[in-house]
Amino acid sequence: MEPLKQVEGRAIPFGAKNVDTDVIIPAHWLKTITREGMSKGAFETLRQDPANLFDSETFKGAPILIAGDNFGCGSSREHAAWALMDLGIKAVIAPSFSDIFSGNAFKNGILTVVLPQAAIDRLMDVAQTDPVHIDLESQTVTTPFQDRFTFEIDPFRKHCLLGGLDEVGLTLARDEAISAYENEAGATMPWLNKGVVAA
Amino acid sequence: MTTGKPRTLYEKIWDAHVVERREDGTCLIYIDRHLVHEVTSPQAFEALRLSGRKVRRPDLTLAVPDHNLPTTARRDSAGHRIPIADPESAQQLAALERNAPEFGVRLIGDADAEQGIVHVVGPEQGFSLPGATIVCGDSHTACHGGLGALAFGIGTSEVEHVLATQTLLLSRSKTMEVRVEGQLGPGVSAKDLVLHICGVLRASGGTGYVIEYTGEAIRDLSVEGRLTVSNMAIEHGARAGLIAPDDKTFAYVKGRPYAPKGDEWEAAVAWWKNLATDPGATYDKVVVIQAADIAPTVTWGTSPEDTVPITGTVPSPDDFADPSKQEAAAKSLAYMGLTPGTPMQDVEVQNVFIGSCTNSRIEDLRAAARVLKGRTKAPTVRWAIVVPGSGLVKRQAEAEGLDRIFIEAGLEWREPGCSACLGMNPDKVPAGERCASTSNRNFVGRQGPGSRTHLVSPAMAAAAAVTGRLTDVRDLADVRELG
Repeated sequence: MEPLKQVEGRAIPFGAKNVDTDVIIPAHWLKTITREGMSKGAFETLRQDPANLFDSETFKGAPILIAGDNFGCGSSREHAAWALMDLGIKAVIAPSFSDIFSGNAFKNGILTVVLPQAAIDRLMDVAQTDPVHIDLESQTVTTPFQDRFTFEIDPFRKHCLLGGLDEVGLTLARDEAISAYENEAGATMPWLNKGVVAA
Repeated sequence: MTTGKPRTLYEKIWDAHVVERREDGTCLIYIDRHLVHEVTSPQAFEALRLSGRKVRRPDLTLAVPDHNLPTTARRDSAGHRIPIADPESAQQLAALERNAPEFGVRLIGDADAEQGIVHVVGPEQGFSLPGATIVCGDSHTACHGGLGALAFGIGTSEVEHVLATQTLLLSRSKTMEVRVEGQLGPGVSAKDLVLHICGVLRASGGTGYVIEYTGEAIRDLSVEGRLTVSNMAIEHGARAGLIAPDDKTFAYVKGRPYAPKGDEWEAAVAWWKNLATDPGATYDKVVVIQAADIAPTVTWGTSPEDTVPITGTVPSPDDFADPSKQEAAAKSLAYMGLTPGTPMQDVEVQNVFIGSCTNSRIEDLRAAARVLKGRTKAPTVRWAIVVPGSGLVKRQAEAEGLDRIFIEAGLEWREPGCSACLGMNPDKVPAGERCASTSNRNFVGRQGPGSRTHLVSPAMAAAAAVTGRLTDVRDLADVRELG
């Protein structure tokens, strides 16, 4: 994973509430076998409108998305995070996110920033004409107009994002503890340690 | 595991699987069994390949294709594979067939007798065991909780994490007891029970919880029935469902291919007997349901919480107090093409689907066959298919002559897979048509774009096939013969 310290650039003033994962990436995109190229399916239905924000000259490739309440609700498909990533989005700002989506986003190096609706409203205004700046270290969102909003983030997630650390790599470093568990459980619950090797 | 304060079943399984406790309270949890299918695994294997990582415990991993497979014949008379028409489905299947051997994972192939829906295959093979932690990149993994296993669905990055480390970093869930007191009436099945629970808890009532289903009505269920109940825990938002293992569970597991044998079997049973929630242990929430209140249950809307007894009528948005639910109900009714006040038994169906990880085990097929025996499908029912949960279920059903009953009644007898539950394969319900379906989700477009799903039990689906409308199976068949 690439380290993520700051995100700076245009922010798509999307603003919709209850955006479910079917809206972010329709089900027929689940038939792919790679994570790449999913931007084609991102917001597919909305983007059938030629005047959509995502393909506009101003916001195409923008690294920040501003949305309404409960962003990413619905199915657990990680394709939603992959689709945003492939669109070039590195951070989503919203008043709330579905748990599964924010977990999937984090695991793919996308920052989810939770801010109150009033801050979202202000950023939606600014985003029409100017860039937005997110600094993960100081946990702030700022604008060229002296706006400054601070946000909370799980310390573990922050640490992983700043260092570009992948969770699999971190857990692999705990190999000794995992092996110790396997040895112990293998003695007390040997039947669980066998799996497809017929007992 | 008998020391200290009284613990729930969930807490006992959790405690037995903690590899490490972190400062923030999250735990690295060991995963005993990992089921892999073709839809949510390709990107996980690809990530391992790109980072040069291996599967830590291929022996604790089992791969089975199920979502994309057509339910028509997969081999021609010469034994050659009949190509899958949809190139994307074929590609996902090919990826699993390449990835499994490359990473040393046992693959049950598309035409093997053991192939089937992962959630049917796991218990059937004795791969899923009581007290085990079981994951799969599929939300209906909750199913295996019917054996007393802690089982839940995960995303693709987590699939990768489990493949590489055999662990997951998790926070402990809250616990909820759903106690079903008394006995289910004649003609009322496990599916009716869980649909009723979906209606009581609503679609998000279980969010943040692991639910343990208890009480006389749950104890009375067969293991197949318990798998049906736990399967739909996710439909009320729960992370997982659990039912304490008992003698019925042990009898179900014993002798299956990957079940423990000999002395290990005895040790395992002794351990499993200690899993039941201790007297005095407390749950974060308790919900009590009276079994006698439950009728054969159907859904009218586009969320599994939209349930109503078959004897009831289509509700009106005004029946709901919550304004957002009123709005959702109005939308659902428009999508479903239903008018408030219509008796549910007047709702005509053009399609019937008997199958899915919720209801495709042998007991489900027997229940449907009991209703269909000596009866025939209504001419207005355009499409009616029976999709067994696995090749072994199929073989057993054929040995019992159930396939003949279905075929003589005018239903199609298919090859095992997920099929019309979600229509990733060619089995879809056409736009605007209704389906009486034994599956688990009645979401907008779930069974095909524009499809209208009514969730029902296998016996109720069979009854709908006979009459061409949603029907109280208790009026159609002698309930004593329903078992």
